[in-house]
Amino acid sequence: MENGILKILNFYAGYNVKTILTNINLSIPSNKVISIMGPSGCGKTTLIRCINRMHELQPDANFKGRILLNEKNIFETSPILVRRKIGMVFQKPNPFPTMSIYDNVVSGYILNGIKMPRIEKDRIVEETLRKVYLWDEVMDSLHRKGTFLSGGQQQRLCIARAMAMNPEIILLDEPTSALDPKATAKIEELITKIKKSVTVILVTHNTAQAARVSDFTAFLYLGELVEYGSTEKLFTTPKDKRTEEYLTGKFG
Amino acid sequence: MQRRIIKDKLFEIIIIILAMVSTLPLILILFQIVKKGIASINWSFFVNLPQPPGETGGGVSNAILGTFILIVIAGVFSILLGVLGGTFISEYKDKKISELIRLCVNIFQGIPSIVIGIIVYIWIVMPLHRFSALSGGIALGIMMLPLIVKSTEETLRLIPSSLKEASLALGASYTTTMLRVILPAGINGILSGILISVSRVAGETAPLLFTAFGNPFMNFNIFKPVDSLPLLIFNYSMSPYPEWHSIAWGASFVLISFIIILNILTKMVSRKWKTVF
Amino acid sequence: MLFGAGILLLLLLTGIFFTLLIGSIPAIKASGIKFLSGTSWNPVTGVYGAVPFVIGTLLTSFLALFISLPFSFSISLFLGEYFKKGALAEFLNYATDILASIPSVIYGFWGLLFLVPIVRKFELSFHILPYGVGIFTASLILAVMIIPYTSYLAKEVILLVPQDIKEAAYSLGATRSEVIRKVIVPYSRSGIFAGILLSLGRALGETMAVTMVIGNSNLIPGSIFSPGNTMASVIANEFTEATNDVHLSALIELGLLLFIITGIINFIGNIIIKKLSIKG
Repeated sequence: MENGILKILNFYAGYNVKTILTNINLSIPSNKVISIMGPSGCGKTTLIRCINRMHELQPDANFKGRILLNEKNIFETSPILVRRKIGMVFQKPNPFPTMSIYDNVVSGYILNGIKMPRIEKDRIVEETLRKVYLWDEVMDSLHRKGTFLSGGQQQRLCIARAMAMNPEIILLDEPTSALDPKATAKIEELITKIKKSVTVILVTHNTAQAARVSDFTAFLYLGELVEYGSTEKLFTTPKDKRTEEYLTGKFG
Repeated sequence: MQRRIIKDKLFEIIIIILAMVSTLPLILILFQIVKKGIASINWSFFVNLPQPPGETGGGVSNAILGTFILIVIAGVFSILLGVLGGTFISEYKDKKISELIRLCVNIFQGIPSIVIGIIVYIWIVMPLHRFSALSGGIALGIMMLPLIVKSTEETLRLIPSSLKEASLALGASYTTTMLRVILPAGINGILSGILISVSRVAGETAPLLFTAFGNPFMNFNIFKPVDSLPLLIFNYSMSPYPEWHSIAWGASFVLISFIIILNILTKMVSRKWKTVF
Repeated sequence: MLFGAGILLLLLLTGIFFTLLIGSIPAIKASGIKFLSGTSWNPVTGVYGAVPFVIGTLLTSFLALFISLPFSFSISLFLGEYFKKGALAEFLNYATDILASIPSVIYGFWGLLFLVPIVRKFELSFHILPYGVGIFTASLILAVMIIPYTSYLAKEVILLVPQDIKEAAYSLGATRSEVIRKVIVPYSRSGIFAGILLSLGRALGETMAVTMVIGNSNLIPGSIFSPGNTMASVIANEFTEATNDVHLSALIELGLLLFIITGIINFIGNIIIKKLSIKG
């Protein structure tokens, strides 16, 4: 895994005096699904919010260390460029309530002030919505507000919104925690499909989900990276005792 | 790329500058009031009556007393009615009539003060055939009403209904429950609502123009015209005499101090006497 | 007893409306529709046309709104987005609080002694008749007076924009100003509009400060630098000196007009605020 698309090196992060992540080292290969799992409060969300530099938006946030995207330190690049290359989907579906479904898909371009011809936009909207299996469901109501969609549909719209920018990596922060089992299954299926075009980093506290969709899994506990390796290995022969305990439901 | 970041910074800088510039008038006004106001204030300013133009000295004791009388009358008129009305709409919040009253109160709050002046002129000044402290006080009271109703309602709405049920379960009557349990629990909000409404009307001038009217002499009779600080500031500032202008600055200083003290008091009351549920 | 208090509040408001209506009858009989279309107001000859004052009122109010908007919008973004906490935010909060509680007569007084000479100098240097007082001066004072109201409401709605929506926009690579323009403002549009409406209602009915600096002319203002009168200021000026019953009644009818206009504006503003369920 020496040639990962994203490398996290000696990384620390926290708020004020409180340290949340200690000495994280992680290399992420491209076009795979990587799960980050661990009990709540272990720093999973903080970690992925550092990867697209969203962590810094909070007051009192601090960090130390390097994160390399294609061998280039993201903290030496403008956060705006980093976020365009690394998309994000949040826990609760949050389509922009003031924009139509169509505008939501291309909102990355709208927000970044990128103008393009109508045909081009139409193409991106259709292509992306097909990618997330939403096209058939919304093709007749593209210009309505996205708020009438079901939770699962809204979340797929949010994934489309992130995918439309053609990011290299997409971060999913417990994307199914607010959804019912059926919608969850659809999103999981989607995750395994989109890895052809993008690297997926999935935060989840659901071990079964990690096992179902990911190629690699990292186990995070109390801000420390306990174990990282191929999902199959980690689930069948965990090296660390804490991983084993977590997988057998002793804590978390 | 670089252009967008510069644009973003520029936007932020413009916001900061415009926000700060907005405070400029306040600083200018306060500075002039303090500078010119303190210069014309001394002991006789508080105890003496106004002097004819050309003579120095003279005070505004009549206006200070008048303001006080007007506020007392306004309070008598509005506090009971306002608190009861606010209690009514919070107790019967789902009824159509409460909805209607709430709407009325909001519209009430938006009525221009000069219109209130006309109303009280027709209702009280015309039948009594004279301007009076009573009519001025009622005009101010009408202006206080919506503020008291709203603050009472908002305060009572935050009181958990379990408190009321607990009292009723002990066998207390509805009236006892309201008077001994609910209203005391909301006393901080109700009181600060009353104080803030006083601070709002203390500086009102327009509704007094044709009700309290103004009076250069000391007057304790509520059926006769009285002066008030804002009326005096209006009359003196429109005059061509520099001595009167300096009296108006002094009166402005006293009035602003009174209002700011009331505001601070309000904040203290709502913090200190807060009931924790 | 509670019920009685509620009813009394209702009666009071309806009473105000009907009192104004009845008080206006003599003027309505005398002038009819000419009251609304007449361009001349002359108590001596008994001609009462409200057009000069309606124009004066609308001109001062909208000009004030126009002047104040960049400032109140900046304050609301400053307090609602850029600096929610900190010494500067505290200062700005206090400053707008005090601005809102300064009595209008003091604004007028300050305007008369400070603003009028400045405007006069300005007018001289641009070769405009140097009245000093007039529509423009009144608008300036009004603008300062309504800034706290617009900015307060706008700040409240901007604070209501959910964090996750803002974050979604940031995660797509938007800069802060782009998030403000394309996410925050569209999201809080109706609330900001309500704030503007309520401030407009306040400006339309504002009396003292305007009366003191507008120049009190009953002619239709020729330009924004001309003296004029608003509905409220002409009532303040002429009410106690009304020459006869029709004159008094015409002033009451102006009050009725003002009541109806501000009532409608406040009604719409409050409905919007209620829908957004923010405390106004």
